[in-house]
Amino acid sequence: MYRIRLFAIRHSRSFEWIYKRLESAMIALDPLLAKIGYDRVEHPVAFAEKCVKTVLFDCKMCGQCVLSSTGMSCPMNCPKQLRNGPCGGVRPGGFCEVKPDMKCVWALAWDGASRMKGGAQIHTVLPPVERNLEGSSSWLRVSREKAAHLREAREKRRTAIADAFPGARENEPSAAPLAEEPAQAVKGSK
Amino acid sequence: MDHTLPQPYSAPPEGHVSHSRLERVLRSGRFAITAELNPPDSADPADVYEAARPLGEVADAINATDASGANCHMSSIGISALLTRAGYSPVYQISCRDRNRIAIQGDVLGAAAMGVSNVLCLTGDGVGVGDQPGAKPVFDFDSLSLLRTIKTMRDERKFLSGRTIKNPPQLFLGAAENPCIPPYDWRPERLAKKVEAGAEYIQTNYIYDVPLFEKFMARVRGLGLDKKVYILAGVGPLASARAARWMRSNVPGIHVPDAVIGRMEKAEKPGQEGKKICVELIQQMREIAGVSGVHVMAYRKEHEVSEIIRESGVLASRKR
Repeated sequence: MYRIRLFAIRHSRSFEWIYKRLESAMIALDPLLAKIGYDRVEHPVAFAEKCVKTVLFDCKMCGQCVLSSTGMSCPMNCPKQLRNGPCGGVRPGGFCEVKPDMKCVWALAWDGASRMKGGAQIHTVLPPVERNLEGSSSWLRVSREKAAHLREAREKRRTAIADAFPGARENEPSAAPLAEEPAQAVKGSK
Repeated sequence: MDHTLPQPYSAPPEGHVSHSRLERVLRSGRFAITAELNPPDSADPADVYEAARPLGEVADAINATDASGANCHMSSIGISALLTRAGYSPVYQISCRDRNRIAIQGDVLGAAAMGVSNVLCLTGDGVGVGDQPGAKPVFDFDSLSLLRTIKTMRDERKFLSGRTIKNPPQLFLGAAENPCIPPYDWRPERLAKKVEAGAEYIQTNYIYDVPLFEKFMARVRGLGLDKKVYILAGVGPLASARAARWMRSNVPGIHVPDAVIGRMEKAEKPGQEGKKICVELIQQMREIAGVSGVHVMAYRKEHEVSEIIRESGVLASRKR
């Protein structure tokens, strides 16, 4: 899996392209998904997402995917789960402080981002992970969020977290969500 | 005299975000000195004061470490509170390793209420290098989301939940940077991100590789960051060549070039040589454009700090 992850980071530009297409498709699907009910599709989509992303990125299903901002290097593979760059303990050669056999997730992330069109997104400060969204589908969240983002232009409502991390929501909608969360997506809400 | 307890809550001076002496010194363009206090394994306040005394002679602020190296000692908030009571100005270090967002935001208010006016936001070393490797690593925040959160508390008067804070914490916000370890090319970019997140001053890890640091600073100036953030270069006396080698291989994020270790090896009195190297480093740091001060970390050698600073001559122009 580690090798496939490194492959994905090496080809960050291609994966960025694929992700952009996927995102557009998910946004276009928002009315349909809303009609079927996000609650109903949550489990099957989350399962599919997990299968695909675990193989490609060693995905940990944090539910707040930020791959496009991290050079396609999943930050949840960082033993400290840092969301904003490498810590101060990186070993010579760019290896992880905690797992010395693994390349630093963030050293790889900057490397991957340097090949991406939207690589500059890595400079945006991201908020902490909302742990109660773990295991839920990030793809569906993107769909809901982008759709909500469009509505928001009218509504102008803001929460403190989205205000505190303005760029994050723009670049990674699932990282600072404002839209209503369906009960299925949020742990402990039922 | 610093703004310490029992001062009533009041607005900071014009153009300042806090009552911090460190902030005043930096904003006035003077070369600032901060020093690290090694926390005692004790519940006796006298042990804190004993360590603080020689640092207070020269330092504008004293750093209270938060279980650095993931080793358990007296807490940084406890030390900070003791220091403010005695009129010292502490830097309250907050590591993301041991506490979640609920605990940290609460502690920030508590610390500010006790007269703390500087914080340093850190990721923290992994639990594996410490004395209790079985502990659960928390890392709810990282250093950047922590910076942004405290900035939000201070400037927007809000918790991350959106709940209003009646009287916000007036804190001078700091972060760390480690210029001498990989990924070298991205370290200045990461610094820019920390400034973006809210950092107003930076204390770096130990720097023994001056050419590498100069390269970093050139890039920092290229990005215009020296105009946006005060950078305090981290220095410290080495005890011996053996200790330096041990640190290099056992403490995360420490880079000591072979040339420096070689110099320690050849010295007849390694302790004296370590001090001399430190004095030289401080003098070199002062000459680098964009460096606003030094942060002295003298592990278990607090008594040497005032001597080192005096020998370096960096405070000669100051009336104290």
